[in-house]
Amino acid sequence: MAIKPFAHGNAVTVAEAVEALSASCRPLAGGTDLLAMMKADLTAPESLVNLKTIPELHEIGVVPDAETTKGLRIGAMVTLSQLAAHPAVQGRQELGRGSLTRSSMAVLHQAILRTASPQLRHMATLGGNLLQEPRCWYYRNELIPCWRKGGRLCYAYRGENKRHVILGGGPCYAVHPSDPAVALLAMDASLRIVGPAGERTMSLAEFYHPPDRETRTVTHLAIDELITEIRVPAPQAGTRGVYVKVAERAAWDFALAAVAIQAVMEGDTIRSCRVALGGVATIPWRASQVEEVLMGQASSPAPLSTAVIDRAVEAVVEDIRPLEHNGYKADLLQGVLREALDQLR
Amino acid sequence: MADKVHVTTLLNGESVEFLCAPSQTLLECLRDILGLTGAKNGCNDGNCGACSVLLDGRLANSCLVLGAEADGRTVITIEGLADWAGLHPIQQSFVEEDGLQCGCCTPGMIIAAKALLDREPNPSDGRIREWMAGNLCRCTGYETITRAVRRAAAHLNGEGAEG
Ligand SMILES: Cc1cc2nc3c(=O)[nH]c(=O)nc-3n(C[C@H](O)[C@H](O)[C@H](O)COP(=O)(O)OP(=O)(O)OC[C@H]3O[C@@H](n4cnc5c(N)ncnc54)[C@H](O)[C@@H]3O)c2cc1C
Ligand code: FES
Ligand code: FES
Repeated sequence: MAIKPFAHGNAVTVAEAVEALSASCRPLAGGTDLLAMMKADLTAPESLVNLKTIPELHEIGVVPDAETTKGLRIGAMVTLSQLAAHPAVQGRQELGRGSLTRSSMAVLHQAILRTASPQLRHMATLGGNLLQEPRCWYYRNELIPCWRKGGRLCYAYRGENKRHVILGGGPCYAVHPSDPAVALLAMDASLRIVGPAGERTMSLAEFYHPPDRETRTVTHLAIDELITEIRVPAPQAGTRGVYVKVAERAAWDFALAAVAIQAVMEGDTIRSCRVALGGVATIPWRASQVEEVLMGQASSPAPLSTAVIDRAVEAVVEDIRPLEHNGYKADLLQGVLREALDQLR
Repeated sequence: MADKVHVTTLLNGESVEFLCAPSQTLLECLRDILGLTGAKNGCNDGNCGACSVLLDGRLANSCLVLGAEADGRTVITIEGLADWAGLHPIQQSFVEEDGLQCGCCTPGMIIAAKALLDREPNPSDGRIREWMAGNLCRCTGYETITRAVRRAAAHLNGEGAEG
């Protein structure tokens, strides 16, 4: 379908773009989701403000974070391929003291390389990726007025729901499609957000919330705000991470289940860790009960004990509420967690 | 509603100007305004790669780029590969290895292969398959496509030519 007519303007500064934003004027990043949404007539803004022309949003760099450590600041318009090629993300540039190992940023690197296809990664930006719309087949069908689009019902709830959520669903059961967001949640990343009233910083963990009954969105971003930067804290010494994803196909596909783990090792013991799940909830999902099981356990170089792995794998499905056709996702998620724990050592 | 935009690009080595609506994708501009129908409209939403072009040297799905945003940029489509001397070595390799059947995916495949070989002259089979993952083919089963890219790599390296 052709896109409904709209006006197109290039912003040169963040302030200029923010000034333009409204319900009918939306920001255009890589366009890989927004233009597809517009072609399907799922959204029809009267105008788009192009963010590609704002130089500061393309910057990526290692900057002083706290006094002794450095963090990575990623401009919202940095593309996924630029990010995957960055020396810090590849573990070739030091971020924090003793953080220079391939595995300290591996969770993000692996998640990006499992995202979409090479050509889409050249176009897709990190900011746009965090804000992409769900891939639920009811939501993406312009003829179906589902709850998320302002209708009364989530048709997936009693319908074809094999790709839908098993954790914390309702009133919408569409999974959040992003891989990088899951890795960033495990890394405790935060966002710099700019709106008419100025700027604020928010952790990714707070940024996402289950579908809101008023706004029917899953983020705390207001209509006239932009994400300008994604901030990743410097990994502590001994950090290692892993991202494991399964999809229906080996080539690009959205996750049926994914697990991101970022753990800090002290000697051979897991001193602290964050575990996040993808493909199973309406938002990137923190699995704190798994973290509790893993904390303080010996992991390296010998693998975690079978008893600990079994407890973690039990814990990850503690709160699930599968729908009619997606019970298999519980087994899948447990398998993915096993695989991730195995790769962590 | 909205006015047309004036776009200037370096298209297949030539400076080209055209007018398009802000809502027209680069793929629509290429096919409907400029008459370059090599890039195909397969899915029109980023799934299939049949619309692949090189935008400033990087592989992109032209169905998800606005024509207006090609202004000031370099675009290479399949039409830019062959010259008076004959087919480009990648095209020739696709012919020799039977890297196509219906041919619908082929312009995108060849452009994707060019993007790879321009940067990595000696990719492994695994790397070729990984790189071409965004280009779907319903006919060949990919084996002959991988072979064609490998043959093109050998050919380009043998001649020391850029391509
Ligand atoms: C075939 C295909 C396969 C895919 N596979 C995967 C996958 O496996 N994993 C995965 O994670 N994703 C996948 N994706 C999704 C893809 O990664 C996203 O479409 C992309 O990251 C979105 O980024 P963009 O820059 O193109 O955003 P756009 O499409 O430009 O924007 C997306 C949304 O974010 C808003 N926006 C963008 N930037 C900002 C900003 N800085 N501030 C405020 N609002 C903003 C836009 O207004 C729009 O609402 C796939 C997509 C396709 C088409
Ligand atoms: S037509 Fe662009 S990806 Fe299929
Ligand atoms: S040759 Fe027919 S789709 Fe590839």
